Amino acid sequence: MKHKSLVSIDDYSKEEQIQILDLAEGFEAKPVQNILNGYVVATLFFEPSTRTRLSFESAASRLGAQVIGFSEASSSSVSKGESLNDTILTVSNYSDIIVMRHPREGSARYASEVSPVPIINAGDGANQHPTQTLLDMYSIRKTQGRLDNLQIAFVGDLKYGRTVHSLTFALCNFNAAFHLVSPEELKLPSYVKRKIKDNKLDYFQYTDMNEVIPQVDILYMTRIQKERFSDPIEYERVKNAYVLRNEMLQGAKKSMRVLHPLPRVNEIEKDVDPNPMAYYFQQAQNGVYVRQALLASILGVC
Amino acid sequence: MEEVKTRTELQVSAIENGTVIDHIPPKSVFQVVKMLGMENCKEQVLFGTNLESKKYGRKGIIKVANLFFQSDEINKIALVAPSATLIVIRNYQVVEKRKVEIPDQIFRFVRCFNPNCITNHEKITTKFNVIDKEDLKLECIYCEKVTGKNNLEFI
Repeated sequence: MKHKSLVSIDDYSKEEQIQILDLAEGFEAKPVQNILNGYVVATLFFEPSTRTRLSFESAASRLGAQVIGFSEASSSSVSKGESLNDTILTVSNYSDIIVMRHPREGSARYASEVSPVPIINAGDGANQHPTQTLLDMYSIRKTQGRLDNLQIAFVGDLKYGRTVHSLTFALCNFNAAFHLVSPEELKLPSYVKRKIKDNKLDYFQYTDMNEVIPQVDILYMTRIQKERFSDPIEYERVKNAYVLRNEMLQGAKKSMRVLHPLPRVNEIEKDVDPNPMAYYFQQAQNGVYVRQALLASILGVC
Repeated sequence: MEEVKTRTELQVSAIENGTVIDHIPPKSVFQVVKMLGMENCKEQVLFGTNLESKKYGRKGIIKVANLFFQSDEINKIALVAPSATLIVIRNYQVVEKRKVEIPDQIFRFVRCFNPNCITNHEKITTKFNVIDKEDLKLECIYCEKVTGKNNLEFI
């Protein structure tokens, strides 16, 4: 993957995705390695995302790289009206790889066209966030021992949740069965369902979360945002129907794990946290290993 | 009687060498002129619109002297004039005649319908993969959203 930008999850083949997960395992076993000593990683966050930025910066630091960048557009020359083209070309003079987050969709693809150094997309608007997908895959493989032939439930906002769309695309390569739990207004978009069908896989739609819990290996929770509803009364009606409480997990398989891309608001009750099935904080930790694997692999040191 | 019929008057003068684009929907004539950059063309450009057409009722036609287009260049007009016929003239003779075809990729001209796409906020040439030619669907290579014929807008 040397020098290969990662903009969309589809930029990497199934084999390349697995290769990143394998590398990440090595970093989990030995997180501190001085293999990027002398390298400079730029983190350009044109919109704030503290969690993602810190995860990348932690990954770079543990490998001995120096980190430069900005955490919001207002503290960069963007606020003076500089074009994205100029920002990328300038920063590429100072760094070996650019990690970027930008509110506009397509910004990372454009940056990868103009940049002489590789780009890692850390989220472009509502479009892609491929490192989240890879860390989700890593978490699934780690907790289930495999990626193939799993029963996976997605719960909550399946319409706008880009993590759900990207992970669905990725798992289409691994013979997954998809259980889709959402209010009517927030069902999975038809182009994503078509992708499942194109791969000759099955999906099942539900409005009640309790039905799927005993059937699945992974329960992937997402946040339902009030502003997604055209009718506020509809929001009030459904908001409590998609909250996971500990007692609901009684009938679940022992090996089942609950994932969430975080931040959570109220869709997982705190009483779930001590349950061994709750995996969302380890999931976030896995993000560091996956990002270490990406940085090292794209910079060509392993 | 027969002789009179063959002497039909040309509504747009013939050209010696060049390209004729026939069967353009009348409303698209000026868009085609723009797409092919003929506004700045130094050669003779003749055009007519709302001409009678047996096949289409009304049609537009453009004749441009001494210009010959590459397929990729001319095919983009299929977006606004799918019925157009391309005729290459040399020495007043038709040497090639074919229908335009929607190309696999479209550069420039079309705006991405996604208001949050980077191409609508920075000076970036739009690029689309044509993922459906029948029911026109253009996938933006940047934001990955699909612009369909109902929200097709030209820059």
